[in-house]
Amino acid sequence: MSVSSTSSIETELAKVSFRLKGGLFPLTLLELHYYDSRQLQRDLHFKVSEAPGFFQQTPVIIGFESFSGDFRDVQLAELQQILRDHGMIAVALKGASTSLEAQAKECGLAIMAAKSRTPKNKNSGTEVNVEPTSVVADQPAVQSVPNVANSKVISTPVRSGQQVYAPGGDLIVLAAVSAGAEILADGNIHVYAPLRGRALAGVQGNESAQVFCHSLEAELISIAGHFKLVEDLKNEHWKQSVRISLQEQALCIAPLVNAGR
Amino acid sequence: MAKIIVVTSGKGGVGKTTSSAAISSGLAMRGKKTAVIDFDIGLRNLDLIMNCERRVVYDFVNVINGEATLKQALIKDKRCPNLFILPASQTRDKDALTVEGVERILNELAADGFEYIICDSPAGIEHGAFMALYFADAAIVVANPEVSSVRDSDRILGILQSKSRAAELGKTVEEMLLLTRYNPERVEKGEMLGVEDVQEILATKLLGVIPESETVLKASNQGTPVIHDDQSPAGQAYSDAVSRLLGEEVEHRFITVQQKGMFSRLFRRSA
Repeated sequence: MSVSSTSSIETELAKVSFRLKGGLFPLTLLELHYYDSRQLQRDLHFKVSEAPGFFQQTPVIIGFESFSGDFRDVQLAELQQILRDHGMIAVALKGASTSLEAQAKECGLAIMAAKSRTPKNKNSGTEVNVEPTSVVADQPAVQSVPNVANSKVISTPVRSGQQVYAPGGDLIVLAAVSAGAEILADGNIHVYAPLRGRALAGVQGNESAQVFCHSLEAELISIAGHFKLVEDLKNEHWKQSVRISLQEQALCIAPLVNAGR
Repeated sequence: MAKIIVVTSGKGGVGKTTSSAAISSGLAMRGKKTAVIDFDIGLRNLDLIMNCERRVVYDFVNVINGEATLKQALIKDKRCPNLFILPASQTRDKDALTVEGVERILNELAADGFEYIICDSPAGIEHGAFMALYFADAAIVVANPEVSSVRDSDRILGILQSKSRAAELGKTVEEMLLLTRYNPERVEKGEMLGVEDVQEILATKLLGVIPESETVLKASNQGTPVIHDDQSPAGQAYSDAVSRLLGEEVEHRFITVQQKGMFSRLFRRSA
């Protein structure tokens, strides 16, 4: 969408080697409390042994917002290597000191502003934008991780104005999702009640994600960024039990067989 | 332990203050020591509906700012000896309410032996409404049977379960729906949402259905909460709601069109 130089001529379009797309991706935040390379290696080793296979080329952001040690102790290149040894790829720093930001440039890490601070560094802005694309590149590796354990089950109604997100797994909602509410999941979305709000499955780009609901009354359904609004949804299987999947880049709505009503 | 109940709706003009007045009066009539607080700072109405506007000397904001004691500001209701009103300030704005100030007053009321504290919320979802609901143990969400009111109620229920202190502590606020201005004839004609429609959208326990009635407006203008009128359907419906609030099982009345003779008897049984 931001490729403004492309003309409408088909041949011109074919020449463009890429397309820029915006996207929101949840990332793991590794919050450093203090920096001691030996201690960190030991702690990481223990953490990884708890869930072997969880960290495989996993992009992480190194957070310094709760950092209480001395910033001068931090050796980013060393830290990067330690993380890599444990299956994590550092992509950015968050809330780091200015001295660290200089190191980050050398190591090729993006810089993200801390929550309380306004982004002051104009140069870092471009780097931040680069970061989500690198996540997309790592996507297949992330998908290979079994995400069953990360399912989120919500048994209370999701009201207008509320947002529920299941990172890294499926979202299962046992009560109604009101108009004006938004539910998101990296995996599938199941709603065992009327779905009247917005449902976004596969928000990390998982095109095999699906949406299941007891009664389709949604304002918006999206799978991996491909969406349909209420006007289009109303045409087929409205207020019926349905399963929505992505087929050939388009949302396909099919009735749930033997689904009661 | 005092039970703090917020009467809220999101949307304005649906009958929050009328319901606060009726329910707090009803609780007091059943012998419960009750306080009703007007959180609508700057647009005070509760004292008018309770017919005590001439007796307002100090208000809620005066007590929060320490300019008056709670005892000085509380107005004793003339009809119910167990009912006390804490009026809103007419001259300040809602920013005068602080979390610490409101908490201190609620604690003082509880220490004073009040069993029920009814918080009459202003409309909207801004500071005043937030202050009214923040400390609530339970919420009575007032809605009219129309789409925008129901949508706003849904929104306020969401805020209640995510922004209140109970939610912050990982607990849930007990939620109850009070449907006001209900007109069974218009529901039958399809001009109004029915109880089932509203229940389907909000999926919340139904505290009561108050029929649309001239007596409600008349009672408000006279400054007599409608619950005192035990002849009117609205008064009876509020009385039923208070019973349910106290844990009694009472069948819902006034939700079907009243018919004469044999039919009405048949309908009653099936209702």
